[in-house]
Amino acid sequence: MTDILLMIGVFVAAFVVGYLLISRVPQRLHTPLMSMTNAISAVTIIGALLLFAAAGDAVGRTLGALAVALATFNLVGGFAITHRMLKMFKGRDRRCS
Amino acid sequence: MNTAIQAVYLVAALLFILGLRRMSSPKSARTGIIWAGAGMAIAILITFLWPGMENYLLMIIAVVVGGGVSYVLGRRVAMTDMPQMVALFNGMGGGAAAAISAAELVRPELPSTDVLVLAVLGAIIGMVSFSGSLIAFAKLQGLIKRSVIFPGQNVINMLFLAAALVFGALLVAGVHTWWTVLGLFAASFLFGILMTLPIGGADMPVVISLYNALTGLAVGFEGYVLGNVAMIVAGTVVGSAGTLLTQLMAKAMNRSLGNVLFSGFGAQAGQAAAGAAGGAMKAIDVEDAAIQLAYAQRVVIVPGYGMAVAQAQHKVWGLTQYLQQQGVEVKFAIHPVAGRMPGHMNVLLAEAGVPYELIVDMEEINEDFANTDVAVVIGANDVVNPSARTDVSSPIYGMPILDVDKSHNVLVIKRGRGTGFAGVDNPLFVAENTRMLFGDAQAVVNDLVQVIKKM
Repeated sequence: MTDILLMIGVFVAAFVVGYLLISRVPQRLHTPLMSMTNAISAVTIIGALLLFAAAGDAVGRTLGALAVALATFNLVGGFAITHRMLKMFKGRDRRCS
Repeated sequence: MNTAIQAVYLVAALLFILGLRRMSSPKSARTGIIWAGAGMAIAILITFLWPGMENYLLMIIAVVVGGGVSYVLGRRVAMTDMPQMVALFNGMGGGAAAAISAAELVRPELPSTDVLVLAVLGAIIGMVSFSGSLIAFAKLQGLIKRSVIFPGQNVINMLFLAAALVFGALLVAGVHTWWTVLGLFAASFLFGILMTLPIGGADMPVVISLYNALTGLAVGFEGYVLGNVAMIVAGTVVGSAGTLLTQLMAKAMNRSLGNVLFSGFGAQAGQAAAGAAGGAMKAIDVEDAAIQLAYAQRVVIVPGYGMAVAQAQHKVWGLTQYLQQQGVEVKFAIHPVAGRMPGHMNVLLAEAGVPYELIVDMEEINEDFANTDVAVVIGANDVVNPSARTDVSSPIYGMPILDVDKSHNVLVIKRGRGTGFAGVDNPLFVAENTRMLFGDAQAVVNDLVQVIKKM
């Protein structure tokens, strides 16, 4: 029971932190922000890798490999485009100052 | 050992939050990705130390296949294609969460009830985000050109969602067979597809941020299933961030989320409004338009999706610089839902090198239009449609718009004479002070530059 309460507590706390954090982001950064949260959600790769620690059958291994491949796709692409976008904001700063 | 690993996961979660915190200003944003990347790196590396890890070869093959394709895509794709890339990558994240859930659900022994409920919810949400994002990708990429709308669509969609929930409930109740698991995933997959098919391009900013939020939530739920704090915190934060963005986008269109998702907006509106506005569009030739711009004092440029399609952002910045040399004060006005994702236009202008001091949000610029000599609308339509202010019967009535019609002169660069994505007639185009420049945005802006250069 305490476990469930703790879980709900963590969920609510993280949700509120995210909400407060993002409400301060200006409109011009909304695309890189979305792209970055998208890249961060690729943290699911940990879960995908952990599937390999819990010995499974062929179906489990296949699903594990699929999960790793999809999560890596999200991870690499997400960070690559976020980096490219943020780099442009850097270039602009230099020109202005 | 496990406690140490969990501690590292906690640090990773903190690094994600610190990285996102840096996004609150353009100056610090650049380093935000480094913090988030560091968090991701330590979380992944420490996972390899988890006791009982095996099958490294299979793991590495999966990483190389998934990462290789995505690296090439992520590096090569044009800035104008960012919305579909975010949709694609996000869909893959949702798919990964769903696959983890599937792996948990096909084990001979199911987890305890509370964990099982979260695994089922994560499966549904992840799967919907996966198939929905893929459809959004296909639409933005131009692979699916029409919004598919048929009678009773919402009822059928709801039946698929209900079916997914029933299969989930059966699993929780202990009916652990191959058909309950398969049914759960198939119904969720189809629901995601059917839900996204009727949604028009102009509503994509809402849809993309919604699926972003859903992937986050699915990851968070799977985090609970696996007892992994990095996934719980990161997933939930992404979920709340996406929820907030979705709300902002829906608000900027003066519509509820439900209205965006279930109204099949666009198709019906087009038939109802056709031919409603009287008057004819008045064309102008490039020379006259260029003279009007060069002798103006204040010019406001309003970019829309048409600028992205024509990849005209560099030429637009070039035009701006020539006008500045003529002593014209140029600003850019950006509507929150211009383009196909939140902040889409800002990224394109940033790519072209437009300093952000010149870029003004809707609330601030609207007072200035009365003092503006020429407003230049480049491939935007619904976000500058004055009937949103005046015409109660208009499908977009009540949506906050950029009041370009209040400026002294309006130049509209537009590909053809058709209506916008929402299929709504735009009285701005036939207004007394509006002149039309028909053609591809990049070509037209280039012609304008050529004329102004010689002045």
